[in-house]
Amino acid sequence: MAEYIPKYVGTITKYVFIESPSMTPGELALRAYEASEGVLIKETCFGLQLTGVPEAVDRLIDEIRSFDPTHIFVKDRGFPPGDPRRCRANLGGARPGYLGHEREFRILRYITRGLEELDRRGEDAEVPEAEVLREKRPLLDIKRLQELIETEEQ
Amino acid sequence: MAKVFIYPATSLILSDLVARFGHKPLGAALGIRERIQTAGVDSPPLQITPEEPKRGLKYAAVEVPSGVRGRMAIYGPLIEEAEAAIIVTDADLAFGCMGCARTDELILFSLRQKGMPILELKYPTNEEEGILFVAAVRKFLTSLPEEGEA
Repeated sequence: MAEYIPKYVGTITKYVFIESPSMTPGELALRAYEASEGVLIKETCFGLQLTGVPEAVDRLIDEIRSFDPTHIFVKDRGFPPGDPRRCRANLGGARPGYLGHEREFRILRYITRGLEELDRRGEDAEVPEAEVLREKRPLLDIKRLQELIETEEQ
Repeated sequence: MAKVFIYPATSLILSDLVARFGHKPLGAALGIRERIQTAGVDSPPLQITPEEPKRGLKYAAVEVPSGVRGRMAIYGPLIEEAEAAIIVTDADLAFGCMGCARTDELILFSLRQKGMPILELKYPTNEEEGILFVAAVRKFLTSLPEEGEA
């Protein structure tokens, strides 16, 4: 078994997604570079990947969010950018995880609308709650259970 | 700042909203990052070693397939750490092989067994539902205790 020596130890990587009518990922990258202060930035088709020590990445994300708060979305990533186990330059096809992002990307505009509307109504505005759901599954009828037990016993 | 487990654990929307409203999202990336940044035996692609199914015994019985126990070695500690959870019940992106499907069921079961505050929602399908979705998440996260209050 080969020894594994990790890279970028002690850093965090975060995805930044932008779904904005007024800013492209390229423009976001240029503005992020201006404020990067040592954070590694990789531009992608949907936004950026930021890698660095946690404090620096969090500070840069606060800065980036201020560019277009309701159109920029952030999440954690486990792998550093360009990792051969994930990068599609080595694997071909869509990067693992991309299809999940693509699925959620389609509904980001609804989330943006929600954030804008809540900003407009203010902190204390009454907003009707979404229906809180539990997964509804048909329960096994007690008589049916009894029948099953009796059938099994016979 | 409360630690909030998100399901699907890879969700961009939930991760962003939890962080945006001042709490810490607990998702799959944190568990994966821990393994990717720990030196040891090379075990691509996710650095899941034969040790993980053993650690998963804490969360699932020995007769449960090793695939489920290995996955639970990632999610189990996050569930233990969580103080609240947000679950999207109709997340069609949270599909996968039988190991993923059974692990998802075990994750949901473990979250509900823990007795912590849980918000269950469906993804919005239009702008009006988007407003309701964000409002419900904000209200839930606002109701969680700040750091030190719990």
